[in-house]
Amino acid sequence: MLNPFEILETINMISRENLDIRTITMGISLKNCADPDVDKACEKVYKKITTYAKDLVAVGCDIEKQYGIPIINKRISVTPIASLVDVLEEKTTENCVKLAKALDSAAKKVGVNFIGGYSALVHKGFTDGERVLIESIPEVLSSTDIVCSSVNVGTTKAGINMDAVALMGRIVKKAAELTRDNGGFACAKLVVFANAVEDNPFMAGAFHGEGEGECVINVGVSGPGVVKCALEKVKGEPFDVVADTIKKTAFKITRMGQLVAQEASKRLGVPFGIVDLSLAPTPAIGDSVAYILEEMGLEKCGTHGTTAALALLNDAVKKGGVMASSHVGGLSGAFIPVSEDAGMISAAKCGLLTLEKLEAMTCVCSVGLDMIAVPGDTTAETISAIIADEAAIGMVNTKTTAVRIIPAPGKKVGDTVEFGGLLGSGPIMPVKEYSSSEFIARGGRIPAPLQALKN
Amino acid sequence: MKAVITVIGKDTVGIIAEVSGILYRNNINILDISQTIMQDLFTMIMLVDMQGASVSDISEEIKTLEKNMNLSIHVQNEDIFNSMHRI
Repeated sequence: MLNPFEILETINMISRENLDIRTITMGISLKNCADPDVDKACEKVYKKITTYAKDLVAVGCDIEKQYGIPIINKRISVTPIASLVDVLEEKTTENCVKLAKALDSAAKKVGVNFIGGYSALVHKGFTDGERVLIESIPEVLSSTDIVCSSVNVGTTKAGINMDAVALMGRIVKKAAELTRDNGGFACAKLVVFANAVEDNPFMAGAFHGEGEGECVINVGVSGPGVVKCALEKVKGEPFDVVADTIKKTAFKITRMGQLVAQEASKRLGVPFGIVDLSLAPTPAIGDSVAYILEEMGLEKCGTHGTTAALALLNDAVKKGGVMASSHVGGLSGAFIPVSEDAGMISAAKCGLLTLEKLEAMTCVCSVGLDMIAVPGDTTAETISAIIADEAAIGMVNTKTTAVRIIPAPGKKVGDTVEFGGLLGSGPIMPVKEYSSSEFIARGGRIPAPLQALKN
Repeated sequence: MKAVITVIGKDTVGIIAEVSGILYRNNINILDISQTIMQDLFTMIMLVDMQGASVSDISEEIKTLEKNMNLSIHVQNEDIFNSMHRI
């Protein structure tokens, strides 16, 4: 029989340290739903999603009950919708909204809480459909409830499409304006990527990539609280011990993810894709990535040493997790969404955690500037410039970076914007007052760096 | 399926009787049982054969027992522990 201490350790992790499976995400290809007639395309999209994902939520809940491990979200990601828009005879915003509403109602019908893939990959250039889709994002995000959108504007291989960067600044602003009454909530469902991954199960940036199969199950694990509690037991020990402790914990967390992914895949009759080894925080106390960094000896997240601490954490999570799963993918690392992390919120509120520090942190962790609320009067060009900076970090370091920024209408530094639920609340963070307009107005492409030329 | 049932709480008369009563009524066979006092708390771990029933069949009765005797009871598929602690 199993050792009682091991059994109690697992139970403790779940009941006291917030260990959970963050998401089971079903990736569905919509390639065969393309149709020149928008109504027919919508019908095919609705039918395919409601057929493929009809048991997803029930199976998720059943696994949750049987194994006693909470599975917080059940979600769907689909083929970037731009490829469906490209096939439409009439590529208009109205038709794009129709497609998005078909996604929204299909997702609601099967009971998932988000559907991702209202996306376009334009790192090198736009097709007509992609341009129309991007233009429609503000209206789509403000007129649907659970559709998430993402746009890839740069890759290490292709460089950065600065026309897309400029456009996305304006789109983010417009999305915020259209949801003015909800603090610019639409922007929380919109991610601007560099080096976007095709199998990410986490929202808002999930989509079912070009290289993916017909249907797949990807699982995202979580558990910052478990890592924090494990580190409490090695107070004052050298970093070798810290790294080792994180690795062991990450291994155990990932094994849960692998078990759930395999079980879900078996019961749904859908191939298992990947486990995403990310430490994803929630606003709940004790479920914070910032607290892990503070446990390493920093008085508050954002002070000097934070980047080094995050680098160690990110690396140790991957090293521990990689052996625990047969296929690791997605973003895999530590997330630092400011509004979703109690420790980050507190550090941003007191002015210690700034955009500059977060930018440095994104060089060593798995994502980018995530859930950052900035003043409502921030210009579109400044937002574009923030996106360009992040995309450059991703491009040069051959890693994924993203920007999910909310220029909260009517809010200024010192205010807080409430998103509710897992999205938490974001203190408004200051941006530079000097202009980047002429820089953004140039357009064109920033060429791919030398590290792209590996062949 | 084999499941692990963990019962944690203040030691009182009848915990084992009540838990095994539920198992008996649902035709669930106890394969192994261990009991100890950890940090002043009564801790019992049972390995059971769930062939006769599913976790949801007994969850209502377990919930009522948790409330009545002020216990914390978990019923989980054995695989979760194996996969976490065994390579």
